[in-house]
Amino acid sequence: MERQAVQRAREAFLSGRARAVEFRLQQLHGVKRMITENETEISTALKQDINRSQYDTPLLELIGIETEIKLAIGKLAEWAAPRSVERNLLTISDEVYVQPEPLGVVLIIGAWNYPWALTLLPLVGAIAAGNAAVVKPSELSECSSLLLRALLPRYLDKDLYPVITGGVSETQELLRLRFDHVFFTGSGSVGKIVMEAAARHLTPVTLELGGKSPCYIDKNCDIRVACRRITWGKFVNCGQTCIAPDFILCEPCIQGRVVECLRLTLLEFYGADPKCSPDYGRIINTHHFNRVMGLMEGYTPVIGGQSDASQRYIAPTVLKDVPPHSRLMQEEIFGPLLPIVAVSDMEDAIRFINEREKPLALYIFCSDKKAAKKMIEETSSGGVVVNDVMMHYTLSSLPFGGVGQSGMGRYHGKHTFDQLSHQRGCLIRSLGMENVNLSRYPPQDRRRARRVRMALRAPLIDMSKRTFIWAVTATVIGFGLFVALMVILLIAAGLNCTCWYWRGFYNYW
Amino acid sequence: MNVNDKRCFFPGERMETHSQILDRLRSAFRSGITVPEVFRQAQLKQLMSLMTENEDQILDALKKDLSKPKFESIIAEVDMVINELHFTIANLNSWMQPEYVSKNLATKLDDCFVRREPLGVVLIIGPWNYPLQLLLSPLIAAIGAGNCAILKPSEVSAATDALVAELIPKYMSQDCYAVVRGAAEETKALLKNRFDHIFYTGSQAVARHILHAAADHLTPVTLELGGKCPCLIYGKVNITYAARRLAWSKFFNTGQSCVAPDFLVCSKATRDALLPALRQTLEDFYSKEPESSADLPRIVSPRHWTRLMELLKRSKGKVVMGGESNEENKYIAPTVLVDVAEDDALMEEEIFGPFLPILTAETLEEAIALINRQEKPLALYVFSEESSVVNTVLEKSSSGGFCSNDGIIHMALPTLPFGGVGASGFGSYHGRWGFETLSHQRAVMLRGWTLERLNGLRYPPYTEDKLSWLRWTTSAKPSCSLM
Repeated sequence: MERQAVQRAREAFLSGRARAVEFRLQQLHGVKRMITENETEISTALKQDINRSQYDTPLLELIGIETEIKLAIGKLAEWAAPRSVERNLLTISDEVYVQPEPLGVVLIIGAWNYPWALTLLPLVGAIAAGNAAVVKPSELSECSSLLLRALLPRYLDKDLYPVITGGVSETQELLRLRFDHVFFTGSGSVGKIVMEAAARHLTPVTLELGGKSPCYIDKNCDIRVACRRITWGKFVNCGQTCIAPDFILCEPCIQGRVVECLRLTLLEFYGADPKCSPDYGRIINTHHFNRVMGLMEGYTPVIGGQSDASQRYIAPTVLKDVPPHSRLMQEEIFGPLLPIVAVSDMEDAIRFINEREKPLALYIFCSDKKAAKKMIEETSSGGVVVNDVMMHYTLSSLPFGGVGQSGMGRYHGKHTFDQLSHQRGCLIRSLGMENVNLSRYPPQDRRRARRVRMALRAPLIDMSKRTFIWAVTATVIGFGLFVALMVILLIAAGLNCTCWYWRGFYNYW
Repeated sequence: MNVNDKRCFFPGERMETHSQILDRLRSAFRSGITVPEVFRQAQLKQLMSLMTENEDQILDALKKDLSKPKFESIIAEVDMVINELHFTIANLNSWMQPEYVSKNLATKLDDCFVRREPLGVVLIIGPWNYPLQLLLSPLIAAIGAGNCAILKPSEVSAATDALVAELIPKYMSQDCYAVVRGAAEETKALLKNRFDHIFYTGSQAVARHILHAAADHLTPVTLELGGKCPCLIYGKVNITYAARRLAWSKFFNTGQSCVAPDFLVCSKATRDALLPALRQTLEDFYSKEPESSADLPRIVSPRHWTRLMELLKRSKGKVVMGGESNEENKYIAPTVLVDVAEDDALMEEEIFGPFLPILTAETLEEAIALINRQEKPLALYVFSEESSVVNTVLEKSSSGGFCSNDGIIHMALPTLPFGGVGASGFGSYHGRWGFETLSHQRAVMLRGWTLERLNGLRYPPYTEDKLSWLRWTTSAKPSCSLM
């Protein structure tokens, strides 16, 4: 069944109809309508899947998708247009440009934690780039994936963008087939399987994985504000966000203050009993509930720790003085547990971060701009935010993606379009000026060779400072000479005019 | 520590296992030495000295490996590397600058930019057909992007392999750049190690192994593969000029170029007009006895010579030019065949040799359908004076790169991305494209402590009011006049 849907998508792509910019715009409008007309249904599905509050849905998913669609619609003509590039002497009279082209059929494998954003944002880019796309939403967010399967064919071309639901075996079936690009969001272990499968067909992949995103709090910063921002980022979606601050690094002297600020903020956000708050989510399923509870084993939290398996509820939990080798610090938590690990200073924090895999995001809370800059320069991560968390995700002009074990490739805004396009280098020559070419043909001699070397030399324009100064000086002198010439001519003409004027005057008299 | 290190040591080489080399390069990378622009420029200038001070040795090695005529070695190897160096040295500073991006209302007061950062240790595996250029151009990109690099030249071009292994440690920082030699077994062992990027130029079969090995470590890969680059001739065309440019691109390096026009498609009438022009051109280029011409290289090895002769034997096409060969000096004459069908032996795989099969299709549409039945090639060529013909092919086909009314030459422009699509590979390089491929684009957002009230819009407890405000502040306003 999957095979047929993919085959149909390929045939639809080969028909060429996805290529026209008007068609792409039409489809993008379709996605926009689908989101705006079904907001209630989408919220309901998310509530059933993950107990997402009715405000979190637009906040975390729908606003982002709408913004991306509006951007793509507004900029598509510009993105899809050819881009001219600089030429060398040989190609000086040719047309040289880069033309973005569709790849073909893209496979998009979504994740369960933000089932709409993480599936539709890549889809928007795939459509904008002129591709067909096979969408495989995560089976763990079952209601959302069934709803997407029902809705998408109503608003978009049925053949070009099939939705395929199912579990592990359906995904494995899909991965046996050949695609022109695979866009995967999920865990590193599944990412490896996806890349392995893609390798068989030499298919390029974009992998948006995760990791443990560290959050460093400097002792000389506004801890109250820092903790508010961190609390928001950590506990939204019940900690199940790939860029959530995974753990805190701070000096022991401020640990107490940090805990207090977190406690105050949690009270402010979710009340005395978060279980009763409509704004606090749940763990996606029992397997993950048990996994997260298992991470806490043997540690006594300073905040929270309560749970209710029947609801898959885990209270917002903070643990302090967590040892670096504990289970909590080995894998991505992806839940509402916030460990605090003590470091002696910023240098120690940098060392701690660099000893581990490159994370998807790094957060630095610090009032000293220079120190923050140093930390950025001495570490690596997918993205970095100073004095806040997660907000880089909301700016579509910033590339969103990982590095090392946190992933490869990037998207959002134009980056998705570029990621899912082929940048085709085009050189349009004419058959004229054949004499110029004669030097490169055999039989060869030194003189001809020298001519060809000149013609192929790059850069055409020498960008060095010396040449720049020379060019500016020459222009100024040239302009000065031109002005002088004009003045001379005007004076001469003026004299002439005056001559005639006086003569006329004389005649008149 | 990788206990599976399989190493054979060459004379003069440091006695280090692969893991030891990697550890050494990784510590150098971690120390931050490759990050400052000064270091990168110094290394690029060292590479420039390597090229300019050893031109004779380089030409010698290329002559030994491929009997490359001096002209081809200079144009396609030495000069290409030097041009790439000039271009990178001149532009590196601007490429390294942080790129400030447009912001939305919520981030108006923040510093939002993209930093290009090095990846770490890059593995560059080179092929044998342009053994210097296709190894050093990626190296230039790696150095420019601030990485350390391990070079694995092709053992098939043995003289260049040895020369690279001798010269690189002499000119370049030995802590940051290393050359590892060996054949298939050693490369397999090398690939078990973890790299931060693998840059491979070569064949599809080997590319699959490399991708599998990379998947184990989630290592990003750039694949510069080949394919059968079609050449179409339709519409009004100056057949003499077309024949010259076609012959030049085809028989350059005796057809052993990943972007050589692999086969030709045209109508019967065009073919009949083309053949005498081709015959004349080949005579002008290589004389009546091409074997004695100093301008025609040789096939790289006896194994490849045998592969090509087998292909020729199995082909059902008719040889109308050339066909001669000499096993002793790995010579094959520039050969043109007609009456080649789509299922001929010569159409099974990339030829990579001096055989030019001519297939016929009476209309442009049939020709386009024919090439679309093949895998996407690294390059696509069209000879026509009619822009409608060129545009039709452009729109209805896909390929890594495209060139009309010439061949190969689009590779020489550092401003065009050089790379494949589909079966011809993914990723691209040359100039800034290489710098971007071997960098990580890190998004940076520097926020302040003020405007916490604005942030309050996103915190629970949630209300309808907060939501509407938020919708407004985070939407992109492409033409916002107030701010």
